[in-house]
Amino acid sequence: MSTNPTTLFDKVWDAHVVRKIEDGPDVLFIDRHFIHEVTSPVAFLGIENRGIGVMYPQRTFATADHNTPTINQHLPVADPLSAKQLAALSSNAEKYGISIWALGSPKNGIVHVVGPENGITQPGMTIVCGDSHTSTHGAFGSIAFGIGTSEVEMVLSSQCIMQPKPKKMRITVNGKLGKGVLPKDVALYIIAQITASGATGYFVEYAGEVFENMTMEGRMTVCNMSIESGARGGMIAPDETTFNYIKGREKAPKGEDWDKALAYWKTLKTDADAQFDSELSFNGADIEPQITYGTNPGLGTGITRKIPKASEVKDGEASYKKSLAYMDFREDENIIGKKIDYVFLGSCTNGRIEDFRAFASIVKGKKKADNITAWLVPGSHIVEAQIKEEGILDILTEAGFELRQPGCSACLAMNDDKIPAGKYAVSTSNRNFEGRQGPGARTLLASPYVAAAVAVTGVVTDPRELIEEEAAV
Amino acid sequence: MAYDKFTVLQSTAVPLPIENVDTDQIIPARFLKATERKGFGDNLFRDWRYNNDDTPKQDFVLNNPIYSGKILVGGKNFGSGSSREHAAWAIYDYGFRCVISSFFADIFKGNSLNIGILPVTVSEAFLDKIFKAIEADPKTELEVNLPEQKVTILATGESEGFDINGYKKHNLMNGFDDIDYLQDMKTEIAAFAEKSIY
Ligand code: SF4
Repeated sequence: MSTNPTTLFDKVWDAHVVRKIEDGPDVLFIDRHFIHEVTSPVAFLGIENRGIGVMYPQRTFATADHNTPTINQHLPVADPLSAKQLAALSSNAEKYGISIWALGSPKNGIVHVVGPENGITQPGMTIVCGDSHTSTHGAFGSIAFGIGTSEVEMVLSSQCIMQPKPKKMRITVNGKLGKGVLPKDVALYIIAQITASGATGYFVEYAGEVFENMTMEGRMTVCNMSIESGARGGMIAPDETTFNYIKGREKAPKGEDWDKALAYWKTLKTDADAQFDSELSFNGADIEPQITYGTNPGLGTGITRKIPKASEVKDGEASYKKSLAYMDFREDENIIGKKIDYVFLGSCTNGRIEDFRAFASIVKGKKKADNITAWLVPGSHIVEAQIKEEGILDILTEAGFELRQPGCSACLAMNDDKIPAGKYAVSTSNRNFEGRQGPGARTLLASPYVAAAVAVTGVVTDPRELIEEEAAV
Repeated sequence: MAYDKFTVLQSTAVPLPIENVDTDQIIPARFLKATERKGFGDNLFRDWRYNNDDTPKQDFVLNNPIYSGKILVGGKNFGSGSSREHAAWAIYDYGFRCVISSFFADIFKGNSLNIGILPVTVSEAFLDKIFKAIEADPKTELEVNLPEQKVTILATGESEGFDINGYKKHNLMNGFDDIDYLQDMKTEIAAFAEKSIY
């Protein structure tokens, strides 16, 4: 028997290679495929035009999320183009026998929230979806990544895609996180250190105490943001935290199947001497609450820091200046104290129950700042129900906030939730590109704590100041 | 979706010397509502190309008539961000067949190859030479030779090789795509699926 030490990534990848093409990609079998209304219609058209069917409809799950309204979901969708996309998703799902959680279903929500929530996502799987933040599912020790529409068509018609095997990177973070530091800060910190293209060509494994001590939701936030450093995806070895999270969920294996699966899942870890193409390590204690100031997720820093000078950043000087001009920020300015107009809590990055708990813990007993418009958007109907059950909604309402209905919302601003041109938004989502949250909108990415601190003060505020107050009470 | 075969392309090129051109710039999300693959070229670089009132922004390169061609030359880390294949469709639909940069985001690169756009990665030094050559003379022609895996600045004869795997090269040169390939493998795939524990 070969005792070649291998990585977690190799184990999962190699177990899914149907065929290796010489001087070409691997043909990779896909266990789970998620689809949504935006990137699937053209794939279904392709299948129709070629006269080929869906090979394993039971391996695909559909949900409507990118383009759905976040108020009055019981009414017909007003925008005719959005309505048409949603109708196409439903009719394609019906035609090919694919399970769908359409708008209005109690299981509906953002694709990367509902997959794990219902136990569809499991360790050791290959998972794809026509959305780059599919990397979220890597939190369970699966290989999960975003694909284009041609690949959606491939998976539908053959349950396979063709991919060259990426290189492997391990990012280790040991130590303890400081007060007020959330998984989102860990993710933003790593991206700021390695830049928005620092992991391009790699698949990342996150290792070390910081991730071992994280909840599944925290791990999902970190893996979700992998793509923002250019990585194809990120994964974390499954452990008791993972197994406890999955057990009992609707689509999780039961009885004997569970025991069998568990025995296999426990083998999914990187061997001691396995080699990575690149290894990085950071110290958890160095991470403070983060915020971005530029127009890619790599342009972020500790919230108490100043905006760097062009000479200090790795992006080209011209690109950096363009970025600051778009934000109307200047080099060497403080970020703390900047006036903000919008706060967005939500998305597949930070739209889960723990994110709402974190947000509520800061706004509790305070009032929303008058200059702030706040959009609080749960990642799914299940999260929404939990917010109500746990009394979080009462805390939010008392502080002057309203809850919207689940969906991607202002993460990509395909629906009506667009930040107006020139306005500043502190967002818990994942991208701060020019116009991402609406044409001309200016986005600062941050954690739910930072978003909450901004929501009650109206300016960029270090959340640790407010947490201290809490503790003193 | 079938696409035109790609062998040797000789063309002038459009320069976009900006780093980290992300897919939200290539095609903003609000134009992703189509259920068919049509007309995306009109909205290529929409927010860089047009003012809010839909008048063209004079200083953007696609609005400058001295630049044209089937090759787009972009700065480092081209195509970062979302997995939307619409970005590649928009570039193809506008009329480009090749994008040259010193570094591509992974998903964009894969999407491009899947729809018949050739992404060519050159060294930063050579990319700089191309930008300078176009700046000096917007009528500068480039030759992208896929069989020989080589890009040449025709006026000076300077050239550089590029990498592409044999499988993708063969596909592009023949106008085949992965879906055709996978359809031929279905028995093998079904046998594999039998063993799956999920
Ligand atoms: S919330 Fe944003 S990143 Fe997540 S699936 Fe929706 S659009 Fe994609």
